[in-house]
Amino acid sequence: MKKIITGFMVALLFLILADPSIGQNAPPAEGGILPKISLPVPGNEAYRKYLGLKWDGTFLIPQIKAKVVLIEIFSMYCPHCQKDAPVVNNLFSRITGDDVLKDELKLIGIGAGNSDFEVDFFRETYGVKFPLFSDNEFSAHKLLGEVRTPYFIAIKINKNGTHKVIYSKLGGVENPDEFLKKIKNLAGLK
Amino acid sequence: MIKNIIRSIIQIIALFLICVPAFALSDAYKNNIYNTGELKPVDSVLKVKVGEPAPGFTLPSISGEKVSLSQFKGKKNVVLSFVPAAWTPICSDQWPGYNLARRFFEENDAVLLGITVDNIPTLYAWTNQMGKLWFPVLSDFWPHGAVAGIYGVLRTDGVTERALFVIDKEGILRYAHAGDINKRPELGALVTELKKLKDK
Repeated sequence: MKKIITGFMVALLFLILADPSIGQNAPPAEGGILPKISLPVPGNEAYRKYLGLKWDGTFLIPQIKAKVVLIEIFSMYCPHCQKDAPVVNNLFSRITGDDVLKDELKLIGIGAGNSDFEVDFFRETYGVKFPLFSDNEFSAHKLLGEVRTPYFIAIKINKNGTHKVIYSKLGGVENPDEFLKKIKNLAGLK
Repeated sequence: MIKNIIRSIIQIIALFLICVPAFALSDAYKNNIYNTGELKPVDSVLKVKVGEPAPGFTLPSISGEKVSLSQFKGKKNVVLSFVPAAWTPICSDQWPGYNLARRFFEENDAVLLGITVDNIPTLYAWTNQMGKLWFPVLSDFWPHGAVAGIYGVLRTDGVTERALFVIDKEGILRYAHAGDINKRPELGALVTELKKLKDK
């Protein structure tokens, strides 16, 4: 018995060391749900109001007051994220410029491996108006399958508080009109 | 007995999960980045001391010009950014971040010199993926890692530590950081050091 268990341990260790994918999460699959990512409720009142969060402490993404939440995984250090930042700003302007859509579709960003300073610098540099969250220790990034950046995930939130991932893809927005159309179609928004 | 063994297995798995290096790789490089895995955090001993003159050097840059530390004496503060190797994680995002952060260097009258032990053609191809960099990229390829060796950041496998040195206009070393090679140094800490030079 002892030999069998020792053998199992050795085999398990070998498997773990040989396959780097073991122990890693997969990116959220379309049709599935998000992992439980806990983010700090922003101190900024405008962001709290935008996200519909009426408490202090932390929140889970499906608790955001919206029908659809679009999440950008970015990094201040990522050249494609830098290049795409003005395009994402344009997308946000289109959403907030639509009287109906602005309450239905909310946008947030998570800075993978970025400190508060780095996220603030990214925000200031590009004039980002939607809430950005730092993920200095890669906690959220690990839960999201350590995706390359930029990466976009959209979830549809149901009335009963459950949710479903409707979009999960690597790459920037590139064309705000087409991107928005795609998300609206997937979410069934008008 | 079996309980102890199961506990050991869980501990081994937990340790592995904790030790997996994390990095957010930009899509700019597609699948061209070689994953080095977890490396020994530090594998050299600094040979320079804060408060003492920084060792001089002259290295070729990817633009074709040679760059000497002495050319900035009396004119500019200098930041040396040694990164371990081209086409590897973390390194491939660190300089694009400094590219964006140009204003912090300029506001504090500093130039940035990026250095690796890769040869010029490799550095040229790699940095082209980052967009246009505003700072010189220098090759410490031959004699291999000579400058890194003088500063004490050449690792036993021939690459360098992930190191930052801040040198003032008088050529005195004011800040030296050779931390965990698996982690990118936080930008805010470097900016704090740069501001100290301006406030001096």
